[in-house]
Amino acid sequence: MTVRRRILGAMTRRPALGTASLLLPGGLWLVLFFVVPMLLMLGASVMHRGTYGGVEPGFTLEHYRRFLDPLYLQVLWRTAAWSALATAVCLLLGFPVAWMIAASRRHRALLLFLVVLPFWTSFLVRTFAMIFLLRDTGVINSILMSLGVIEEPIALLYTPFAVLSGLVYGFLPFMVLPIYASLEKLDPALLEAAEVLGARPAARFVGVVLPLAFPGILAGSLLVFVPAIGSFLTSDLLGGARQVMIGNLVQNQFTTARNWPFGAAASFAVMAVVLVAVLLSLRLRDRDRDPARRGSG
Amino acid sequence: MKPAPRWVIGIGGVVYLLLHLPVLVLVLFSFNASRYSVSWTGFTLDWYRALAGRADLWRGLRVSLTVGLLSTVVATCFGTLIALALARRRFPGQRALEGLVFVPLVTPEIMVGISLLVLFVLAGIPLGLGTITIAHIAFNISFVVVVVRARLEGMDRHLEEAALILGADELTAFRTVTLPALWPGIAAGALLAFTMSFDDYVITSLVSGAGSSTLPVVVYGMVRRSVEPTVNAISTIILVGTSLLIYGADRVARTGGPRQLRRIACGAARPRDD
Repeated sequence: MTVRRRILGAMTRRPALGTASLLLPGGLWLVLFFVVPMLLMLGASVMHRGTYGGVEPGFTLEHYRRFLDPLYLQVLWRTAAWSALATAVCLLLGFPVAWMIAASRRHRALLLFLVVLPFWTSFLVRTFAMIFLLRDTGVINSILMSLGVIEEPIALLYTPFAVLSGLVYGFLPFMVLPIYASLEKLDPALLEAAEVLGARPAARFVGVVLPLAFPGILAGSLLVFVPAIGSFLTSDLLGGARQVMIGNLVQNQFTTARNWPFGAAASFAVMAVVLVAVLLSLRLRDRDRDPARRGSG
Repeated sequence: MKPAPRWVIGIGGVVYLLLHLPVLVLVLFSFNASRYSVSWTGFTLDWYRALAGRADLWRGLRVSLTVGLLSTVVATCFGTLIALALARRRFPGQRALEGLVFVPLVTPEIMVGISLLVLFVLAGIPLGLGTITIAHIAFNISFVVVVVRARLEGMDRHLEEAALILGADELTAFRTVTLPALWPGIAAGALLAFTMSFDDYVITSLVSGAGSSTLPVVVYGMVRRSVEPTVNAISTIILVGTSLLIYGADRVARTGGPRQLRRIACGAARPRDD
């Protein structure tokens, strides 16, 4: 006890670096250049539109109302649907990869490294790599044509397919890592018990592996869905003018269209979708943890 | 866990291929002699040579390095201080601060960029090198906090406490015990911050004025205009550069295991003459 008191005494008696002095520079920076801008944007979303960009004072909800126009709702819907689809494809592709890593003994470090590596490679470069593959004179079309499968190039770039591939390609590592983390903790004895009790492989997978991997699946899905919703570069470079996602709409309102309030309102629509996704996943997680529901299975 | 079934390894292998093939193809064709077709017509370094003559790329590189270094130094200092407070102190509003650090990590880049643009325009701050640096510091602080805090929480607190009991004041204990053991974390955080800064396009493009384009902004322009092999060449250079940085960050983060920590602690706790 005395030792403990001496430690505490030494730490509190002479706080050479006050907690405030540790927090102040970084905290202030984040407040000034993250919180304040967000609040400004919230304010801009209910003000009147300025003639050359910017805002005029006043209060109106017309920009949020305007967002209910089918044209814009379609963009929001498209963004949400593509992001959900990309998440599903990432799950289907990522689960086997996570399983493979978790089950591997000798090559685990290498396999993990190969999943993380693209995450650190420039996103712009990786998106360009997709262009290089998908365009009319790109690698895929050239190979198909030289093999005689097709006569003339098929349009791959500037299609929903291109955007979806780009999203999956960009965010797949986010899905693999959390699933791997939850599979790694899986106790092999549980699977053996299920096997001894006569469960077939498919039943073992559905009854044991999937429920135990659920937290990882949930975390991975959120980590893919959230950046996909707010993505800008992928749809900008791979989608062209027709496959606009909400991120492009926001950017356009602030740069070309010069309608700040509407752009701000649109970006809060993005935040609303993100918030719904986060809350939904929290609910699912809590339900998963609820022992009363679990015990029945 | 038992070995994965064959179909799992099959799908996994294909996914690995899909994950790495596009970039490998990109790199390969940066050495292809043909300008327009993707058929292989011979090895060349022409595209790399062509890069050397492009003033806009060199200017972009200079801007990127300036912004990268400045924002890394500032964000690393600020982030490390916050990490120290979060890991070692208890204070009112701690949860709120954790939220303040966490939220920028999940906010879409486009929103961060736009909101900063609104701030700069409304406050009358001219867009340029300064605004890019401010923005990069803002999004890098959170990354540094996460990395440094992870290191701090993995460290043995008893060594610090021992130093305090043995009569070191808090600053001395920090300088001689905590900081040496924390260095790898700080360095890793700094390198990651630099990579993030060097890589960023979305936020930078929104808050950079006409005269100050970073390298990614210049490259984006090249990608938009044409898909010449020079873009493959500059992409390859960026790839190699960031890979080296990440490799360095990883190496640094791994150094300094428990043994080194103990040696440092013993050195600090050596009986003093006074």
